[in-house]
Amino acid sequence: MSQFAIPSGWEVVIGLEIHAQLATRSKIFSGASTAFGAEPNAQACAVDLGLPGVLPVLNEGAVRMASLFGLAIDAEISRVSSFDRKNYFYPDLPKGYQTTQLARPIVVGGSVTVTTGEGKQAREDTIRVTRAHLEEDAGKSLHEDFHGMTGIDLNRAGTPLIEIVSEPDMRNPEQAVAYARKVHAIVQYLGICDGNMQEGSFRVDANVSVRPEGDETLGTRTEVKNVNSFRFLQRAIEFEIERQIDLLETGGEVVQATRLYDPDRDETRLMRTKEEADDYRYFPCPDLLPVVVDDETIESWRAELPELPDAKAERYQSEYGLSAYDAGVLTSSRATAEYFEAVVAREGADAKLAANWVMGEVAALLNRLECEIGACPVPADKLADLLERIADGTLSNKLGREVFEALAEQGGSVDEIIEARGLKQISDTGAIEAMVDEVIAANPGQVEAYRGGKDKLFGFFVGQVMKAAKGKANPQAVNDVLKRRLDGD
Amino acid sequence: MSLTNDQLQTVAHLARIAVEPEWTEALRSDLNGILEQAGRLDDPRLNDLEPMAHPLDQVQRLRPDTVTETDKRETLMAGAPAQEQGLFLVPKVIE
Repeated sequence: MSQFAIPSGWEVVIGLEIHAQLATRSKIFSGASTAFGAEPNAQACAVDLGLPGVLPVLNEGAVRMASLFGLAIDAEISRVSSFDRKNYFYPDLPKGYQTTQLARPIVVGGSVTVTTGEGKQAREDTIRVTRAHLEEDAGKSLHEDFHGMTGIDLNRAGTPLIEIVSEPDMRNPEQAVAYARKVHAIVQYLGICDGNMQEGSFRVDANVSVRPEGDETLGTRTEVKNVNSFRFLQRAIEFEIERQIDLLETGGEVVQATRLYDPDRDETRLMRTKEEADDYRYFPCPDLLPVVVDDETIESWRAELPELPDAKAERYQSEYGLSAYDAGVLTSSRATAEYFEAVVAREGADAKLAANWVMGEVAALLNRLECEIGACPVPADKLADLLERIADGTLSNKLGREVFEALAEQGGSVDEIIEARGLKQISDTGAIEAMVDEVIAANPGQVEAYRGGKDKLFGFFVGQVMKAAKGKANPQAVNDVLKRRLDGD
Repeated sequence: MSLTNDQLQTVAHLARIAVEPEWTEALRSDLNGILEQAGRLDDPRLNDLEPMAHPLDQVQRLRPDTVTETDKRETLMAGAPAQEQGLFLVPKVIE
């Protein structure tokens, strides 16, 4: 956790624009493939290259996916939407304009609920979504040295995007990150975006401004681009807040501008100011007719909606008795929820134990390996095996962790590891009694002191028995036997 | 409205068109004529009309989400002035 705090006397206003690549098989206006990682320009057809005489034909899948997002956030799906041209010149935009929706976007309104803080500090806020519109992605410019020239790969050109624009409803970086994470979770739950931030499938731009607390008018904002992780989003916004407040407190002023976040230096840098901002000369695209969606189609899409994160989190609380915080963490990504559900699907599974392990050991392991839960070296069924051995008393939690590490490092089955390493917990009362008796016999002084009123010595006896058992004795059984022997006689 | 010389230069710059000084007057007059024509849409009698996104009274046809294009890179790149490793090469665009 960072040490950032908004200086008192200031209010921060944040709005986000999120570009999510839609997981269609083909492009928004052509039948070229959208698969990632192909040979450069192998998936750029005549339409994507903007060759003369070609006409775009809109992909039904893109309209459906954008609408699913709208339905998921309780937005209005426009019965009639239309496309416009945003004109600018850049080599990776071969047509000289981006086909997008300005005047009549497909999704209008809607909102997303975000939770920040935990325990008593937890709070829930509703972040309003202004709109979400369909548009095409540009190609990629490669600025490595090609004899002083720039290389252009147009495979990405024409990949469908939805741009999700929020209202300026966020008041601190945590809220902005929570909102971005929630949108990220929703598009993945819906299966309309793979959410891969490194590959650019999910990109976030942040509009940030500050104003003296109590002011009604918004301060001058800057837009931070090029943020490709949630951690960087948090840092970029924090940096921008500090920079703007510093400027204003020292008599300077904020210049409306687009800035780039540089993760290596952990700072934002000026990209272009408002005066240099492009004038895009939008106008309705004459190549595309208005898009009409009827009620029946919208209802059929609504019927497709899966259980979304908020509903899932509520069910985890009512069905499994989990806390709101735990339920929120476990449903924060579709992959985590799927993993957790696979673990608790086991007959007789203890959901709370499973929740603790997924959020504890599994999360720590993934963190250490820097890998996603989908690629976790301990798959859900192995964790379910392990938790079964803890529930039936074969393993203590501590021994369970040892088995977990072994599973992560070398694989194999839970029972094989327990057998091979002799990790079986000693729950046999006779064996524990024998060890307890030995410890009592070997420490007459401590026994006398304990019985004389030094209760704290109980822990000493537990430690001695555990030492004798090499940590494998069932802790509850050790407690019970010790209590009987020390207090009972 | 009437277009100033500065506005003409701005529009020309945005469109990446080099306007020779001797064209300026003729262009300005042409563009002013076009703007005047477009200005007729401000007629109050049109206020109650729903703006049209397209002059054709038709609806966009959608295509199913299937891949129908195969790799035609070789043909499509044949006319490119410069290429390397499957990339189009263009004058350097980064500052």
